[in-house]
Amino acid sequence: MTEIKPTARPLSPHLQIYRPMLTMMMSILHRVTGAALYFGVILLVWWLSAAALSDSHFNLAQSFFGHWFGMIVLFGFTWTLIHHTLGGIRHLIWDTGRGFNPVTIEWMARANLAGSIVLTVLLWIAAYKVMA
Amino acid sequence: MTMRTPLGKVRGLGSAKSGAEHWLLERVIALANLPLSLFLVIFILMHLGATRAEIIDNMRNPIVAGLLAMSLIAILWHMKLGMRAIIEDYVHGEAAKLTLLVLNSAYTAILGVAAIYAILKMSFGS
Repeated sequence: MTEIKPTARPLSPHLQIYRPMLTMMMSILHRVTGAALYFGVILLVWWLSAAALSDSHFNLAQSFFGHWFGMIVLFGFTWTLIHHTLGGIRHLIWDTGRGFNPVTIEWMARANLAGSIVLTVLLWIAAYKVMA
Repeated sequence: MTMRTPLGKVRGLGSAKSGAEHWLLERVIALANLPLSLFLVIFILMHLGATRAEIIDNMRNPIVAGLLAMSLIAILWHMKLGMRAIIEDYVHGEAAKLTLLVLNSAYTAILGVAAIYAILKMSFGS
């Protein structure tokens, strides 16, 4: 039998030593935002149920959403929803077999992140215009 | 105890014949979520600061109530499919995986029934 000598071959990259890349972080973020929305939808169903049930239930829900803490939660919810939606559009584009070019991938990841922040701020400006 | 390898056991069985349909369903529901969640966001935006009576009054419109019900169904369906993919990716114990998959179904079904009940109750007048 031949002797097995340890060679200095490169090992497959492992998560802890992998240099974080934007596309990789965006992929993780897509899943994290999806999981967050999974539980955040409770707030939407609560609001609808409260409106259907009674004035006192509705007032309680509205006082939560009008409170500074509720507003922070809703702001986070808005960004999470928009980020996941834009990420979803990217995935649907990839599903058609398009957009796998390294330049396009990087560009789409940046557009997703920037777009989610811009659209969230615009939506909240629109919300304040409605409230005023 | 069998001497057969895991590969030998599954070789020749063929696929479950439902993979392509499941993949397509995930995409179709995701696509439906785009216009429907846009409607939902506009609906919420238009009812900021609205009284309960105003919301219920707008819910009497069957198109509004119908689109709202459809958006909730599409969102919850998408949530159920997405969480299933997460569970199947990270939970490898058979008992834990099945328990979580059942909880996933129960959670989304309960939210769905609550939402549809609320929408119908408002639409038919409460």
